[in-house]
Amino acid sequence: MAVTDRVHTPPPTRQRSPRDKSVKRLAFSQKVSKWDVKLSPYLYISPFFLLFAVTGLFPLLYTAWVSLHSWNLIGGQGEFTGLENYEFVLAQPFFWNAVGNTFSIFLLSSVPQVVIAIAIAAVLDANLRARTFWRMGVLVPFVVAPVAVGLIFNNLFADQAGLFNEMLVGVGLDPVRWHSDSLASHAAIATMVNFRWTGYNALIFLAAMQAIPRDVYEAATIDGAGRLRQFFSVTVPMLRPTIIFVVITATIGGLQIFDEARVFDQAGLGGADRQWQTLTMYIWELGWGQRNFGRASAVAWLLFLIIVIIAMANFLITRRIANQGGRQ
Amino acid sequence: MIEQTAGKGAARAAQRGLGARRRGGAGGTMRRPGFLTYGFLGAVILGSVFPLWWSFLVGSHDSSVISKGVPLTPGGNFFANAATVLDSIPFWKALSNSIIVSTVTAASVVLFSTLAGFAFAKLRFRGSKVLLVFVIATMAVPTQLGVVPLFIVMAKLGWTGSLWAVIVPGVVTAFGVFWMTQYLRDALPDELIEAVRIDGASMIQAFWYVGLPAARPAAAMLALFTFVATWTNFFWPFIVLDPSNPTLPVALQLLQAAHFVDYSIVLAGAVLSTIPLLLLFAVAGRQLVSGIMQGAVKG
Repeated sequence: MAVTDRVHTPPPTRQRSPRDKSVKRLAFSQKVSKWDVKLSPYLYISPFFLLFAVTGLFPLLYTAWVSLHSWNLIGGQGEFTGLENYEFVLAQPFFWNAVGNTFSIFLLSSVPQVVIAIAIAAVLDANLRARTFWRMGVLVPFVVAPVAVGLIFNNLFADQAGLFNEMLVGVGLDPVRWHSDSLASHAAIATMVNFRWTGYNALIFLAAMQAIPRDVYEAATIDGAGRLRQFFSVTVPMLRPTIIFVVITATIGGLQIFDEARVFDQAGLGGADRQWQTLTMYIWELGWGQRNFGRASAVAWLLFLIIVIIAMANFLITRRIANQGGRQ
Repeated sequence: MIEQTAGKGAARAAQRGLGARRRGGAGGTMRRPGFLTYGFLGAVILGSVFPLWWSFLVGSHDSSVISKGVPLTPGGNFFANAATVLDSIPFWKALSNSIIVSTVTAASVVLFSTLAGFAFAKLRFRGSKVLLVFVIATMAVPTQLGVVPLFIVMAKLGWTGSLWAVIVPGVVTAFGVFWMTQYLRDALPDELIEAVRIDGASMIQAFWYVGLPAARPAAAMLALFTFVATWTNFFWPFIVLDPSNPTLPVALQLLQAAHFVDYSIVLAGAVLSTIPLLLLFAVAGRQLVSGIMQGAVKG
């Protein structure tokens, strides 16, 4: 605004009064400008903080409050019940079943995913022709919605006449009961997660590999290290921070897995015996299936604590590794 | 601008290529990769494209053919199946809802994140460091676990079933703020802001005429990622939206509930719902790739 003010000020005349006026106006605009400098930053960052407070932080904290009450989806808040919801939930076999399923699916998806992603990245890091084509190719699954991925793989993993079972039978093996055997269903769901995220993570590792100074490899070559030795003694150790980053993000996402498991059958409760019911699915069942918001919140809060503990463990391990790196 | 950043990467890659060849000449360790490498990559690409192709195969036959085993060539029934899909779920409604939700979310995330990123990267104010640390910390907070109270709030506001319930919680993200802060810190010289300030521009003018143009390449990538993430999001829309007014993933789940035994229709629906993002990928896949790779180096 100050610009326009000054531009529109008439050329100074010999008379005294207009000049006084313009001096006053300048002082005023300076004051405005001072406030502008002071307040603008807060104004610009406020949308994030306000929105995060209302839609992120408040609901998360309020979950703890809801979990201490009997609370119905329709009826709303009931009386204060203390830790009753927690006692109930912790006594449910389905809760512990969901904990086990969540960790099993998480491990089956994160570990192979990281290993395969690094392998793909190492290959993409070679001196390839049509580099962009290959990079885009591995990213295609990323734009397929998890629900669509779930439906497609549900067909591929069909117990009767699914493609994967046909192939197993074709090579003389027994078909796997993907939808009734617990571990098999976890493997199937983990496959969906891996399908969608491996290429994405491979690109992250590829970027980290390209940031490794090339003279390190030159030194290794001079020392007589072969390609494979270079990969394990140079590439992998230097990728460590990236590996930790990917593992942490995979942890936070993987422990909340819902979409793929939800559409693995029609009922969406994780199978007849809840073979693949995850904790997030259990929250949904308690809250929107049984309309018991109090118990759903108790499970949500417990899952939150689990995630925090694992994230902390990750952090401590990270720091330890970093310290060791410094000492060497 | 996006071309420019891609160009930088290409230049770096070219340099590496040069170095590699030089090394190849000296030690013979880094040659052009052989067909084993291409074979491996080909298998990976096949693995990432095959499920989509399979989905189209199944979706293009009728169920009587499929029960005898899926042929490896597409059949002529895709449009008939697609018509059944359109009959059994509100597909066009879901498509337009997904377009609205993803576009509005992407646009607002870019605007608010750039605004906040501009403040964090370029303006001096009390508490900025602490607040930025807070932003970064919130990236790791699993806000999805607050669904119960969020639902209660939306019900109080009378927003359950409306698109507002899906749009508003996603209007600005911690990741977006962090991403734009990182980018603007390097991309926007302080002198430029000082210059326009001396010329008398207000803060918001400085943001609009200097900050926003400088942020354009990163903003385009942020918009892309937000669009894809919002489009594919399922959990919260599934909880808060009505079956009559869904987004595409929610509609797909309805399709499954209606036709579970008939894969030809369910997978035709999966194909139909994926086509829009595949088109986007064909146009902007290159930006997605370089966005992931840049984010990885900085993040």
